[in-house]
Amino acid sequence: MSSSYDVSSSLNNKNANLNVGKKLKALIVDDDPIVRMVHKALLKKFGMETHEAKNGQEAVLTQRSGACFDLILMDLDMPVMNGRQATKELRDMHVCSLIAGVTSLGEAEKKSFMDAGLDYYYQKPLAIDVVRNLVEKIKDDA
Amino acid sequence: MEVGQLQRSFVEYMTSLFREGFLDAQFSQLQQLQDDSNPDFVVEVVSLFFEDSERLLNDLTMALDQPNVDFKQVDAHVHQLKGSSSSVGAQRVKNCCVPFRNCCEEQNTEACLRCLQQIKQEYLLVKNKLQTLFELEQQIVAAGGAIPMVQ
Repeated sequence: MSSSYDVSSSLNNKNANLNVGKKLKALIVDDDPIVRMVHKALLKKFGMETHEAKNGQEAVLTQRSGACFDLILMDLDMPVMNGRQATKELRDMHVCSLIAGVTSLGEAEKKSFMDAGLDYYYQKPLAIDVVRNLVEKIKDDA
Repeated sequence: MEVGQLQRSFVEYMTSLFREGFLDAQFSQLQQLQDDSNPDFVVEVVSLFFEDSERLLNDLTMALDQPNVDFKQVDAHVHQLKGSSSSVGAQRVKNCCVPFRNCCEEQNTEACLRCLQQIKQEYLLVKNKLQTLFELEQQIVAAGGAIPMVQ
Protein backbone atom coordinates (compact mmCIF):
# COMPACT_ATOMS: atom_id res chain seq x y z
CA MET A 1 0.00 0.00 0.00
CA SER A 2 1.06 3.57 -0.47
CA SER A 3 2.91 5.28 2.29
CA SER A 4 3.24 8.94 2.84
CA TYR A 5 5.76 11.12 4.51
CA ASP A 6 4.62 14.49 5.68
CA VAL A 7 7.42 17.01 5.93
CA SER A 8 6.23 19.44 8.55
CA SER A 9 3.16 21.24 7.38
CA SER A 10 4.80 22.92 4.45
CA LEU A 11 1.38 23.21 2.86
CA ASN A 12 0.26 25.79 5.34
CA ASN A 13 2.73 28.46 4.47
CA LYS A 14 4.09 28.04 0.99
CA ASN A 15 1.51 26.15 -1.01
CA ALA A 16 -1.20 28.74 -1.16
CA ASN A 17 -3.73 27.54 -3.69
CA LEU A 18 -2.42 28.69 -7.01
CA ASN A 19 -5.64 28.41 -9.00
CA VAL A 20 -8.19 29.86 -6.58
CA GLY A 21 -11.73 29.81 -7.88
CA LYS A 22 -10.68 27.81 -10.93
CA LYS A 23 -10.40 24.13 -11.61
CA LEU A 24 -7.38 22.73 -9.76
CA LYS A 25 -4.52 21.88 -12.11
CA ALA A 26 -2.13 18.98 -11.88
CA LEU A 27 0.97 17.97 -13.80
CA ILE A 28 1.67 14.25 -14.17
CA VAL A 29 5.36 13.53 -14.74
CA ASP A 30 6.07 9.90 -15.69
CA ASP A 31 7.73 8.11 -18.60
CA ASP A 32 5.26 5.20 -18.43
CA PRO A 33 2.12 5.90 -20.53
CA ILE A 34 0.10 3.42 -18.45
CA VAL A 35 0.94 5.25 -15.24
CA ARG A 36 0.07 8.60 -16.85
CA MET A 37 -3.27 7.21 -18.00
CA VAL A 38 -4.13 5.85 -14.53
CA HIS A 39 -3.00 9.01 -12.71
CA LYS A 40 -4.99 11.15 -15.13
CA ALA A 41 -8.15 9.17 -14.38
CA LEU A 42 -7.45 9.35 -10.63
CA LEU A 43 -7.08 13.14 -10.66
CA LYS A 44 -10.05 13.67 -12.99
CA LYS A 45 -12.19 11.68 -10.58
CA PHE A 46 -11.64 14.50 -8.09
CA GLY A 47 -12.29 17.23 -10.64
CA MET A 48 -8.72 18.19 -11.42
CA GLU A 49 -7.53 19.38 -14.80
CA THR A 50 -4.48 17.36 -15.85
CA HIS A 51 -1.38 17.98 -17.94
CA GLU A 52 1.38 15.51 -18.71
CA ALA A 53 5.16 15.42 -19.04
CA LYS A 54 7.15 12.35 -20.11
CA ASN A 55 10.29 13.21 -18.13
CA GLY A 56 11.73 15.72 -15.69
CA GLN A 57 13.01 18.03 -18.37
CA GLU A 58 9.57 18.33 -19.97
CA ALA A 59 8.19 19.20 -16.53
CA VAL A 60 10.77 21.95 -16.04
CA LEU A 61 10.14 23.33 -19.55
CA THR A 62 6.37 23.31 -19.00
CA GLN A 63 6.89 25.30 -15.83
CA ARG A 64 9.30 27.71 -17.55
CA SER A 65 6.70 28.39 -20.23
CA GLY A 66 4.57 29.92 -17.51
CA ALA A 67 2.27 27.06 -16.50
CA CYS A 68 1.11 26.97 -12.91
CA PHE A 69 0.04 23.81 -11.09
CA ASP A 70 -1.53 23.10 -7.72
CA LEU A 71 -0.11 19.60 -7.69
CA ILE A 72 2.76 17.82 -9.42
CA LEU A 73 2.96 14.01 -9.35
CA MET A 74 6.63 13.20 -9.93
CA ASP A 75 8.08 9.82 -10.89
CA LEU A 76 11.72 9.19 -9.95
CA ASP A 77 13.27 6.95 -12.61
CA MET A 78 12.89 8.68 -15.97
CA PRO A 79 15.07 9.17 -19.06
CA VAL A 80 16.62 12.58 -19.92
CA MET A 81 16.04 14.01 -16.43
CA ASN A 82 15.01 12.06 -13.37
CA GLY A 83 12.46 13.19 -10.81
CA ARG A 84 15.01 14.10 -8.16
CA GLN A 85 16.82 16.54 -10.42
CA ALA A 86 13.57 17.94 -11.83
CA THR A 87 12.19 18.55 -8.33
CA LYS A 88 15.41 20.30 -7.34
CA GLU A 89 15.28 22.52 -10.45
CA LEU A 90 11.62 23.36 -9.88
CA ARG A 91 12.32 24.37 -6.28
CA ASP A 92 15.33 26.42 -7.44
CA MET A 93 12.91 28.21 -9.78
CA HIS A 94 10.80 28.92 -6.65
CA VAL A 95 7.94 26.74 -7.87
CA CYS A 96 5.77 26.31 -4.82
CA SER A 97 3.30 23.72 -6.15
CA LEU A 98 2.69 20.71 -3.96
CA ILE A 99 5.06 18.06 -5.33
CA ALA A 100 4.39 14.41 -4.54
CA GLY A 101 7.00 11.84 -5.48
CA VAL A 102 5.43 8.62 -6.75
CA THR A 103 7.88 5.76 -7.21
CA SER A 104 8.06 2.01 -7.39
CA LEU A 105 11.43 1.92 -5.65
CA GLY A 106 10.31 1.43 -2.07
CA GLU A 107 11.80 3.20 0.89
CA ALA A 108 15.43 3.12 -0.20
CA GLU A 109 15.26 6.23 -2.36
CA LYS A 110 12.93 8.14 -0.06
CA LYS A 111 15.38 10.37 1.75
CA SER A 112 17.31 11.68 -1.22
CA PHE A 113 14.09 12.24 -3.19
CA MET A 114 12.45 14.04 -0.25
CA ASP A 115 15.59 16.16 0.17
CA ALA A 116 15.24 17.38 -3.42
CA GLY A 117 12.13 19.26 -2.31
CA LEU A 118 9.16 16.89 -2.24
CA ASP A 119 6.19 17.48 0.02
CA TYR A 120 5.15 13.82 0.00
CA TYR A 121 6.52 10.47 -1.04
CA TYR A 122 4.24 7.64 -2.18
CA GLN A 123 4.75 4.21 -3.57
CA LYS A 124 3.11 3.06 -6.77
CA PRO A 125 0.40 2.22 -7.43
CA LEU A 126 -1.27 5.35 -6.07
CA ALA A 127 -4.50 4.55 -4.22
CA ILE A 128 -7.76 6.48 -4.69
CA ASP A 129 -7.79 7.44 -0.98
CA VAL A 130 -4.29 8.93 -1.21
CA VAL A 131 -5.33 11.14 -4.13
CA ARG A 132 -8.57 12.11 -2.36
CA ASN A 133 -6.55 13.27 0.67
CA LEU A 134 -4.10 15.21 -1.48
CA VAL A 135 -6.89 17.03 -3.32
CA GLU A 136 -8.69 17.77 -0.04
CA LYS A 137 -5.50 19.21 1.42
CA ILE A 138 -5.07 21.54 -1.55
CA LYS A 139 -8.70 22.64 -1.28
CA ASP A 140 -8.48 23.14 2.49
CA ASP A 141 -5.48 25.31 1.99
CA ALA A 142 -7.23 27.59 -0.48
CA MET B 1 -27.87 -16.92 -22.23
CA GLU B 2 -30.10 -14.56 -20.25
CA VAL B 3 -28.65 -11.41 -18.68
CA GLY B 4 -28.87 -12.61 -15.07
CA GLN B 5 -26.96 -15.75 -15.89
CA LEU B 6 -24.31 -13.79 -17.78
CA GLN B 7 -23.93 -11.46 -14.82
CA ARG B 8 -23.55 -14.38 -12.44
CA SER B 9 -20.88 -15.93 -14.69
CA PHE B 10 -19.10 -12.60 -14.76
CA VAL B 11 -19.05 -12.30 -10.97
CA GLU B 12 -17.85 -15.89 -10.60
CA TYR B 13 -15.13 -15.44 -13.19
CA MET B 14 -13.96 -12.16 -11.74
CA THR B 15 -13.88 -13.61 -8.21
CA SER B 16 -11.78 -16.54 -9.44
CA LEU B 17 -9.26 -14.14 -11.03
CA PHE B 18 -8.76 -12.43 -7.67
CA ARG B 19 -8.76 -15.71 -5.74
CA GLU B 20 -6.13 -17.26 -8.00
CA GLY B 21 -3.99 -14.15 -7.76
CA PHE B 22 -4.10 -13.18 -11.44
CA LEU B 23 -5.43 -9.78 -10.41
CA ASP B 24 -5.08 -7.69 -7.27
CA ALA B 25 -6.72 -4.65 -5.69
CA GLN B 26 -5.20 -2.32 -8.27
CA PHE B 27 -7.47 -3.84 -10.93
CA SER B 28 -10.55 -3.11 -8.78
CA GLN B 29 -9.28 0.44 -8.46
CA LEU B 30 -9.15 0.77 -12.26
CA GLN B 31 -12.76 -0.44 -12.39
CA GLN B 32 -13.73 2.20 -9.85
CA LEU B 33 -12.15 4.88 -12.05
CA GLN B 34 -14.33 3.90 -14.99
CA ASP B 35 -17.50 5.98 -15.24
CA ASP B 36 -19.79 7.60 -17.80
CA SER B 37 -17.18 10.21 -18.67
CA ASN B 38 -14.60 7.46 -19.11
CA PRO B 39 -16.61 4.39 -20.21
CA ASP B 40 -13.79 2.35 -21.82
CA PHE B 41 -11.09 3.20 -19.31
CA VAL B 42 -10.24 -0.35 -18.15
CA VAL B 43 -10.06 -1.77 -21.69
CA GLU B 44 -7.90 1.17 -22.79
CA VAL B 45 -5.42 0.84 -19.93
CA VAL B 46 -5.24 -2.94 -20.29
CA SER B 47 -4.73 -2.68 -24.08
CA LEU B 48 -1.83 -0.34 -23.46
CA PHE B 49 -0.48 -2.87 -20.95
CA PHE B 50 -0.68 -5.65 -23.58
CA GLU B 51 1.13 -3.48 -26.12
CA ASP B 52 3.81 -2.42 -23.67
CA SER B 53 4.37 -5.92 -22.26
CA GLU B 54 4.71 -7.49 -25.69
CA ARG B 55 7.31 -4.91 -26.67
CA LEU B 56 9.22 -5.46 -23.41
CA LEU B 57 9.06 -9.26 -23.67
CA ASN B 58 10.46 -9.01 -27.22
CA ASP B 59 13.21 -6.67 -26.05
CA LEU B 60 14.04 -9.05 -23.21
CA THR B 61 14.17 -12.05 -25.54
CA MET B 62 16.59 -10.22 -27.81
CA ALA B 63 18.70 -8.83 -24.98
CA LEU B 64 19.15 -12.31 -23.45
CA ASP B 65 20.03 -13.78 -26.84
CA GLN B 66 23.21 -11.69 -27.16
CA PRO B 67 26.62 -13.34 -26.70
CA ASN B 68 27.45 -10.69 -24.10
CA VAL B 69 24.29 -9.98 -22.18
CA ASP B 70 23.85 -6.40 -20.99
CA PHE B 71 22.31 -7.17 -17.60
CA LYS B 72 21.77 -3.53 -16.81
CA GLN B 73 19.54 -3.21 -19.84
CA VAL B 74 17.73 -6.46 -19.02
CA ASP B 75 17.13 -5.18 -15.50
CA ALA B 76 15.76 -1.88 -16.87
CA HIS B 77 13.26 -3.75 -19.05
CA VAL B 78 12.16 -5.91 -16.11
CA HIS B 79 11.79 -2.81 -13.96
CA GLN B 80 9.48 -1.31 -16.60
CA LEU B 81 7.45 -4.50 -16.81
CA LYS B 82 7.11 -4.50 -13.03
CA GLY B 83 5.79 -0.94 -13.17
CA SER B 84 3.23 -1.56 -15.90
CA SER B 85 2.00 -4.87 -14.45
CA SER B 86 1.56 -3.28 -11.03
CA SER B 87 -0.32 -0.36 -12.65
CA VAL B 88 -2.99 -2.70 -14.00
CA GLY B 89 -2.96 -5.14 -11.07
CA ALA B 90 -1.55 -8.09 -13.05
CA GLN B 91 -0.21 -9.52 -9.82
CA ARG B 92 1.34 -12.78 -11.02
CA VAL B 93 3.31 -11.00 -13.76
CA LYS B 94 4.47 -8.41 -11.23
CA ASN B 95 5.50 -11.15 -8.78
CA CYS B 96 7.74 -12.75 -11.42
CA CYS B 97 9.72 -9.53 -11.75
CA VAL B 98 11.39 -9.64 -8.32
CA PRO B 99 13.27 -12.97 -8.78
CA PHE B 100 14.05 -11.90 -12.36
CA ARG B 101 15.78 -8.75 -11.13
CA ASN B 102 17.76 -10.82 -8.62
CA CYS B 103 19.01 -13.03 -11.46
CA CYS B 104 20.10 -9.89 -13.32
CA GLU B 105 22.05 -8.78 -10.31
CA GLU B 106 23.75 -12.18 -10.18
CA GLN B 107 24.39 -11.86 -13.95
CA ASN B 108 23.04 -15.39 -14.39
CA THR B 109 21.92 -15.81 -18.01
CA GLU B 110 20.43 -19.29 -17.54
CA ALA B 111 18.37 -18.17 -14.56
CA CYS B 112 17.27 -15.04 -16.43
CA LEU B 113 16.07 -17.19 -19.34
CA ARG B 114 14.04 -19.34 -16.95
CA CYS B 115 12.51 -16.20 -15.44
CA LEU B 116 11.69 -14.91 -18.91
CA GLN B 117 9.90 -18.18 -19.78
CA GLN B 118 7.90 -17.96 -16.58
CA ILE B 119 6.97 -14.33 -17.07
CA LYS B 120 5.89 -14.99 -20.69
CA GLN B 121 3.69 -17.80 -19.48
CA GLU B 122 2.09 -15.67 -16.75
CA TYR B 123 1.60 -12.81 -19.19
CA LEU B 124 -0.17 -15.02 -21.76
CA LEU B 125 -2.34 -16.49 -19.01
CA VAL B 126 -3.50 -13.12 -17.65
CA LYS B 127 -3.98 -11.76 -21.17
CA ASN B 128 -6.22 -14.67 -22.00
CA LYS B 129 -8.17 -14.27 -18.74
CA LEU B 130 -8.66 -10.54 -19.25
CA GLN B 131 -9.82 -11.03 -22.83
CA THR B 132 -12.37 -13.58 -21.65
CA LEU B 133 -13.52 -11.12 -18.98
CA PHE B 134 -13.97 -8.33 -21.55
CA GLU B 135 -15.90 -10.66 -23.87
CA LEU B 136 -18.25 -11.51 -21.01
CA GLU B 137 -18.71 -7.78 -20.37
CA GLN B 138 -19.59 -7.20 -24.01
CA GLN B 139 -22.14 -10.01 -23.93
CA ILE B 140 -23.77 -8.51 -20.84
CA VAL B 141 -23.94 -5.06 -22.44
CA ALA B 142 -25.25 -6.52 -25.73
CA ALA B 143 -28.00 -8.28 -23.76
CA GLY B 144 -28.95 -4.93 -22.20
CA GLY B 145 -27.53 -5.58 -18.73
CA ALA B 146 -25.23 -3.62 -16.42
CA ILE B 147 -21.75 -4.85 -15.48
CA PRO B 148 -21.85 -6.01 -11.86
CA MET B 149 -19.26 -4.51 -9.47
CA VAL B 150 -17.06 -7.09 -7.79
CA GLN B 151 -15.21 -5.97 -4.68
